[in-house]
Formats: sequence, structure tokens, C-alpha cells
Amino acid sequence: MTFDAAMYQFLLRMGDNTLILGHRVSEWCGHAPVLEEDIALANTALDLIGQTQMWLGLAAEIEDKGQSADDLAFLRDAWDFRNLLLCEIPNEDFGRTLMRQFLFDTWHSIQLGHLTKSSDERVAAIAAKASKEAAYHLERSADTVVGLGDGTEESHNRMQAALDYLWPYVGEMFQSDDVDVVLAKAGVAPDPASLREEYDAVLLRVLSEATLTIPDSRFAHKGGRSGAMHTEHLGHLLTQMQWLQRAYPGCQW
Amino acid sequence: MYAQMIKSEATQDDPEQLAAFQARIDAGEKIEPKDWMPEGYRKTLIRQIGQHAHSEIVGQLPEGNWITRAPTLERKAILLAKVQDEAGHGLYLYGAAETLGVSRDELTEMLLDGRMKYSSIFNYPTLNWADIGAVGWLVDGAAIMNQVPLQRTSYGPYSRAMIRICKEESFHQRQGYDAIRRMAEGSDAQKKMAQDALNRLWYPSLMMFGPSDKDSVHSAQSMAWKIKMNTNDELRQKFVDQTVPQAEYLGLTVPDPDLKWNEARGHYDFTDPDWTEFYEVLKGNGPCNTDRLAARNKAWDEGAWVRDGLLAHARKRTARKMAAE
Amino acid sequence: MKNEWPLWEVFIRGQHGLSHRHVGSLHAPDAEMAIKNARDVYTRRNEGVSIWVVEANQISASSPSDKGPLYEPSESKVYRHPTFFDIPDEVGAM
Repeated sequence: MTFDAAMYQFLLRMGDNTLILGHRVSEWCGHAPVLEEDIALANTALDLIGQTQMWLGLAAEIEDKGQSADDLAFLRDAWDFRNLLLCEIPNEDFGRTLMRQFLFDTWHSIQLGHLTKSSDERVAAIAAKASKEAAYHLERSADTVVGLGDGTEESHNRMQAALDYLWPYVGEMFQSDDVDVVLAKAGVAPDPASLREEYDAVLLRVLSEATLTIPDSRFAHKGGRSGAMHTEHLGHLLTQMQWLQRAYPGCQW
Repeated sequence: MYAQMIKSEATQDDPEQLAAFQARIDAGEKIEPKDWMPEGYRKTLIRQIGQHAHSEIVGQLPEGNWITRAPTLERKAILLAKVQDEAGHGLYLYGAAETLGVSRDELTEMLLDGRMKYSSIFNYPTLNWADIGAVGWLVDGAAIMNQVPLQRTSYGPYSRAMIRICKEESFHQRQGYDAIRRMAEGSDAQKKMAQDALNRLWYPSLMMFGPSDKDSVHSAQSMAWKIKMNTNDELRQKFVDQTVPQAEYLGLTVPDPDLKWNEARGHYDFTDPDWTEFYEVLKGNGPCNTDRLAARNKAWDEGAWVRDGLLAHARKRTARKMAAE
Repeated sequence: MKNEWPLWEVFIRGQHGLSHRHVGSLHAPDAEMAIKNARDVYTRRNEGVSIWVVEANQISASSPSDKGPLYEPSESKVYRHPTFFDIPDEVGAM
């Protein structure tokens, strides 16, 4: 695998994570349990969309086929997406949404922290901006997970159910492949497997405080970040997101 | 505008206190939460600010309808930021109403069970992407007509909320015009979307100002209290005068065959909206009334465990802290 | 038990080193969430570098009926303002 090919895959992974998760979070706008949460969720979604523009913008530049970040977001089909499966899981209730966010934010903030020291200046520059945003996302989602986990009996049960449901989607974050080997060797990005220890430490601290039990299975669904296998949910998400661009090709919006 | 047909409350207070109160308003003083105020002033304001706040919150829905279908990343971010601003504006306004002795939850419950209203405009659907442009251009444009003068309203907290809102809102109308302009200058299909949006939203926008109130006692009282700054007809005329040239610039046709410039009046003559339709919408028979309220009720009901859970946790923490001290 | 989140008043210090200023209110279950909510609600346009929150029912305020006794006495102390004194132009800025 050439360096540029690996780089392109890596950037799609970063950008597709934020694109798909940002889309999911934006679905809450106008429907959250309380106004303050509605506004906060929109801020998170806005940050993620902004990061998408940077990652996919750089991906398009490296691909060098005259595409834009928008072309990559709106004109690829499901098999070309490289996001973690976790990001495409539907919102369900607020509990699952916030648990999904917490599980992602923890990984994201650790990953971005490493990327600020990337040997590639462009990657480091994007990470410098995004890591501050992710640090706040994590602070907020962790607090909410603790509050709801250690809240009422109902909120506790819902959070435990959310954790149990989402847990099999966590392992994918730490599975290394050829792309990761090339980039780790070049000092562009950390080897995913190397982040697990730090991740587990944060999870243990926050989820204990939330009085939640981490499932002891290490089984992991996979296929999102390689593109080999997505969930059925991604196609539905794309039919909405890409509809206008697909129905009226070549227009300016 | 976002507060329609506000009935002012009759006031039975000591005439001397009333006269002193009116003198303060006439002198341009601001009334603050702890100041003496006539019961009618307080009640009318709660109704008006509450209705305005509800409109911002329900107003998130028609535009939010397109967030997941926005055609570019930038348009998606702009739209999301804009709809989020509406939530913020609702929050500021609820805050202003809360200084009058009513809680946000009480106001919310009155919205959800239909005791309080929100603007008629949000009971119309957004059917194509150009509607998003048209809502910013026409609906926010109409709202601004009313909100700018309200920055000078006599009630301090309301005035301060309006100042903050106007400052943030200035980008809303511009982004709307920018979005619909791109459509009007685009492909044939896009032009069709833009014209379709204007056709459907023109009269509902005119209705936002409410029926003529030049002979209304309620309006006269509200204007004396400086919680209403202009008559509905004044604002509607101003809106038409401002909007028609903007539509012409876009090459779009305002759906009113009788619309024409009246040299003698120095204003456009235009056809009044169908007020029967307006009253039907107020009664709950607009295209989206049921769905809008159902969406708000669902968010509120399904959010109860979240609000309760976070509060229970906060109480537990306080109790633990006290026990440790 | 009533389950509405308490009301908090929010004060924000802007970019230029001025004092914290009251910007509005919001609801939150506790002080920490109130600060986070204030960040999300009141600094969306880069308005602040520091946030204070205080539970609304903890604020003590002066009474409007005391307005006369509280504020009018200072009206007559005109010599407290620099414009009270004439300084000859020749002396320069002071």
C-alpha cells in the first residue's frame, strides 16, 4: 500500500466518523429533553460537521481527482464509507445517544491528542483545533453519563441497557490493519491497538462513578473502518443526507 | 410576528398607582421585575412573552425538518446553527417571562396542552429545500419588523432579551435570502423550488402580523404600556414594501395579481391574506398543528426521565457533600 | 417534590478584561452543569472568557421602593466627578 493510499483511507476514517456521528447528533435538534441540552447537542454536531469539512477536504486534496469535501460526503455509496459502526447506530433514546457519544468522545479525544503530534503538519493542524472541541465533548458526555447512571432507577437502567447494546461496537476502534501500520511507521497516526489501555482507564473511572457495569465480553463487530461491512442503518442515513445532491446532480446550493 | 392577537388583561388597580406607573412608561423608564406593576400589565406580558418563546421553540421544527437533508456541509452547518439560535431565543424569552413569576415548566405545560398559542406560521410545512431560504427571508424578515422596535419595550428583561435576539438574528434573514438566491439563479428545477416556496409562504407570512388591529382596545392598551410598538397594519405594509423589490431582484413572482405600487400612498397595494384560513389555523386546523404539538409533547414526555435523572443525581451529590462536612 | 431544574443567573466576562456582566439565566440541575450550559448557551459567538453562575434564589436585591433613599443622595455630590473642577488649559491634561 502506498503512503498516499493509506493516508487517504485514514482521512476518510476520521472524516466519516465525524460526518456520520454529526448527522446523528443533529437529528436531535428541536427534540431534546430540555432546551439547554438541545442547544448543547447542536454545538457538538456543529463541531463535528466543521471537523468533517477539514478531514474530507484534506482527503480530497490527497486523492487529487478534483473532488471536494462535499463530493466525498454526498456522492459516495455505503461501501466507500470508512466510519466506525458505532457512529451510524441510530439515536434511539437520549441515553443511548449520550452513551454512544461518551464511548466515541473518549476514543476521539485520545486519538486527537496523539494526532496533534503527527509527523504530518496538516494532520497536526486539524487535530490541534479538533482536540479542544473533543475534550469539551468528552467532559460534557462523561458528566451526563455519570448523572444519568447515578440518577434515578429508571435512568440507571436505561444507561446500563445503552452500554450493553453499544459495547460490541467499542472494540472496532482498536483493530489495526495495513493502513494503520503504514501510518504508524511514518509517525502520522498512532497504532489503534496502542490506545486501548488509556481508553479503558477513562471508561473504568467514568462508568464506575456512573455505577454502571462494563460488560466483560470483548466481542467486537467490525467492518466499518475497513468498509467491508456496515450496519443496515447507514444506507437509510445516506438516502436522506445525499438525496438532494443525487436527485439534482451538478447544482450549486 | 411571533406573538399574535395578544388580549390585554383588564386592570383593577389603584388609579393613583396606575397613573404613576403610566407616567414612568411615558417618561421612557424601564419597568423592572420587582417594581410595582398593574396586574394586567404582568399578565399580558406573560402571555405575550410566553407566546413569543413558544414560537421560537415550535419554530425549530419546520426548519429542523431539513437539517438531515441539507445539500452541502456548509448549508447543513448554517441551518443547524440557525435552528439552534431559535432554541436560544426561546430560552432567553422564557427567562424574561420567569421574572414575572411564572416558571418555564408551567409555560411549557400550557403550550403542550394547548392553553397557550404560538405563531400561526409554524403550522405550515417546509416541502422543498428552497423553503429553508424562504423561511429565513420571509418569516425571519417579518419577525424582525416586530422585534427591532420591541428592543425599546417598557419591560426591562423583555427589552434586554430582544436586544440579544436582534443581535443574533441579523444573520438569519441574510442566510435565508442567500440560500433562496442561489436557487433562483440555479437550474430550472431549483428556480421552480424557489417559486413554489414563495407561492406557499407569502400569505402565511402576511398573516404573521395578525388581523388589522387599528380599532382594537387591546392593542391600544398594549401600545400605551409600550409592550406593543406598532399596529399590525403598519408592520405588514412595511414588510410588503421591503420584500417586493427583493423578490423582483430574484426574478420571482409574488403570488398576488393585484400587487402594485401606489404612487399616491408611497406604498404597495396588496391583497389581504385569507383571514378565515388564519382563524382556522389558530383553532388548530392548519396543515401541521397536530404534528407540531405532538412532536413537542413527545420530546417533553420522553425527556422526563432525563430531567429527573440528572436532578436526582445533583441532589444525591449535594447530600453526600453535606454528609462529608 | 417539584422536578423543575433550578434557575441560575449567568455572568460572563468578555474578551477585553471588563468585569463579569449579567447576560441572562438558564436552568441546570447543579452548578457544574449550569456552567457548562452557560458555555453552550451564552458563548456561542465567542462572547466570553470566564463564566460565573449563581442560583437565582440566592441573590439578594435592593428593593425598588428604596430607590429614593439609596440613590438620590449621591446625586448632589457633584464634586465627586472630575468635570466639577475647572483646570486652566495651560496646565495641560489632568
